[in-house]
Amino acid sequence: MTSSRNVSARQQQDLLGANEREQSALRRNGVIDKLFEKGTLTLALAVLVLLATIMGSLVAAGWPAFQELGWSFFTGDRWAANIERFGALPAIYGTLVTSLIAIIIAVPVSLGIAIFLTEMCPVALRRPLGTMVELLAGVPSIIYGMWGVEVLSPFLRDHFPALFPAGTGLTTAGLILAIMIIPFITAITRDVMVTVPPMMRESAYGLGCTTWEVVRNVIFPSVRGGIVGGVILGLGRALGETMAVTFVIGNSLFLNPTLTGQGTSIAALIANQFPEADGLQRSALLLLGLVLFVITFIVLAIARLMLRRIENRAP
Amino acid sequence: MLKRVAATLLSTSLALGATSAAAAETITGAGATFPYPVYSQWADAYQDESGIGLNYQAIGSGGGIQQITAKTVTFGASDAPMKPEELEKNSLVQWPQIMGGVVPVVHIDGIEDGALKLDGETLAGIYQGNISNWNDEAIAELNPDLELPDQQITPVYRAEGSGTNFLFTHYLAQVSEDFANNVGEGKSVAWPSGVGAKANAGVASQVGNTNGAIGYVESAYAEQNNLNVAQLENRSGNFVTAGPDSFQAAASNADWANAEGMYLVLTNQPGDNSWPIVGASFILMHTQVQDADAARRALDFFDWAYQNGDQAASELNYIPMPQDVADMVRQQVWSQIKGPNGQPVWQQ
Repeated sequence: MTSSRNVSARQQQDLLGANEREQSALRRNGVIDKLFEKGTLTLALAVLVLLATIMGSLVAAGWPAFQELGWSFFTGDRWAANIERFGALPAIYGTLVTSLIAIIIAVPVSLGIAIFLTEMCPVALRRPLGTMVELLAGVPSIIYGMWGVEVLSPFLRDHFPALFPAGTGLTTAGLILAIMIIPFITAITRDVMVTVPPMMRESAYGLGCTTWEVVRNVIFPSVRGGIVGGVILGLGRALGETMAVTFVIGNSLFLNPTLTGQGTSIAALIANQFPEADGLQRSALLLLGLVLFVITFIVLAIARLMLRRIENRAP
Repeated sequence: MLKRVAATLLSTSLALGATSAAAAETITGAGATFPYPVYSQWADAYQDESGIGLNYQAIGSGGGIQQITAKTVTFGASDAPMKPEELEKNSLVQWPQIMGGVVPVVHIDGIEDGALKLDGETLAGIYQGNISNWNDEAIAELNPDLELPDQQITPVYRAEGSGTNFLFTHYLAQVSEDFANNVGEGKSVAWPSGVGAKANAGVASQVGNTNGAIGYVESAYAEQNNLNVAQLENRSGNFVTAGPDSFQAAASNADWANAEGMYLVLTNQPGDNSWPIVGASFILMHTQVQDADAARRALDFFDWAYQNGDQAASELNYIPMPQDVADMVRQQVWSQIKGPNGQPVWQQ
């Protein structure tokens, strides 16, 4: 046994030109490699298990409400807990509309900030401005909520009383969300734009391109994927944002298919009602949580699809 | 001699041990947020006196009912009373511990505090969006002396489920059939019009900031935020001003003796001076308790609060329960709470 092992070790030694000590180090490394592989695999699987468990528990908890309410849950135009009429449409509408408004405002602004920071900003200003954008990303959402209810909504009410009679509403929530996600999209866009090799930039300038042409035709095509990623991250935050939205959205539980009217979002509705809910209402709120989960999934899937298309089209 | 000294020392140390054990005793409860300030005031004073502390989690009325049903706490607290049949199903009893008033607050430039008069029908119309301007005829008829501006009304309501919502909608549903049919009463309802703000404080600040707004808050918040309170027409047809006197009048007219399971919401009570939206906050306990000592400690505390808690309550804008109601609770409700041996856990 010992001798055969010695022989094989000697053979390996001959093969690899490694001595006994190096051999044992190699074996040890092999074990560590295995452990490392298995360990990371376990962690990766844990994420999957966690996701599946959350989804499973939401389905299990929301099932009684779905059985009771059926498809009227998705088509009902009001969420009236006192008469057990639970229609998710106002909340779904509010979630999608506020996120859409936020993205429409935030994307151009963020791209503008990122272009300025990477292409045109004087070097002395670059660091402080960049740091400030990153600081904005770190402001807790409750602060945005308080600012929204104390500053933004009175401002809108006083200056545009025809559009914002109460100051709050879907558009106000969209504005707050836009401000909240601008730093995210900006920071990511700036980071990916910096990765474009200076050679490409300088060649384009050397050919006589204007700054706009460089950004439009050289930089953007090579960092499309990163920018879309930043937008997805922002959209994800906008869809699930709770605290700030609850403060300014108006919390109306009736479907109000306008852009500036009062409304609610899924996250805001859950936050408002969950602590006092029991029975069917509790189950309906959990089902609503599942709906938000699915909406986020669909949005992410669409974004991935878009990303693949863009990358296929790219030269 | 030495023996006696030792015995004395021993008994003293035992007695000391007993007191320190009592100091560690706490009463556990959970529920409504509205009475939390006064409960914690009482608990501080009671701990100084008796050494027994109160661990009260203000998690909301719904949570309080859940916790007491699951028997994780000695008592639960709820702003909305449980129906007698629900009480029976869960073998619970309830009694009112403290009362407070809900008041309509308005913000109309040029209208003074307490000047505006409203009745239930009009208030329901405003909150349903049928009356949308302050110069509406319905409001003008009630206020012939006031110059009402051409200003859009912004109704403000509580966005989250709350006992205040329950009291307010319960009142509106009683005085307006239209409201009862289209909106209904409850801790959380779908308001057809207006803006939802978070908590009493949120409603107060929204009304304070918005010209033309109307809201409803616990009376303490109206005072703290210097908001203008409107007069309300009560069941006798009188316009009454919100305040301790009118709240007390409503409370004393309440007929607790004939309320099955003490299910009584104090809205729209009879009486010339009664404020129409007054509510009691209720305590819930099981009729069959496993831990008779814990139940007795809780009841001792509530008994103490009935006797000594009035001043603290009044200072915080609450209305203490009248003594005859407290006596009735002691005799008719607490006698139903029995330990494992079948004997009532609390004796007067």
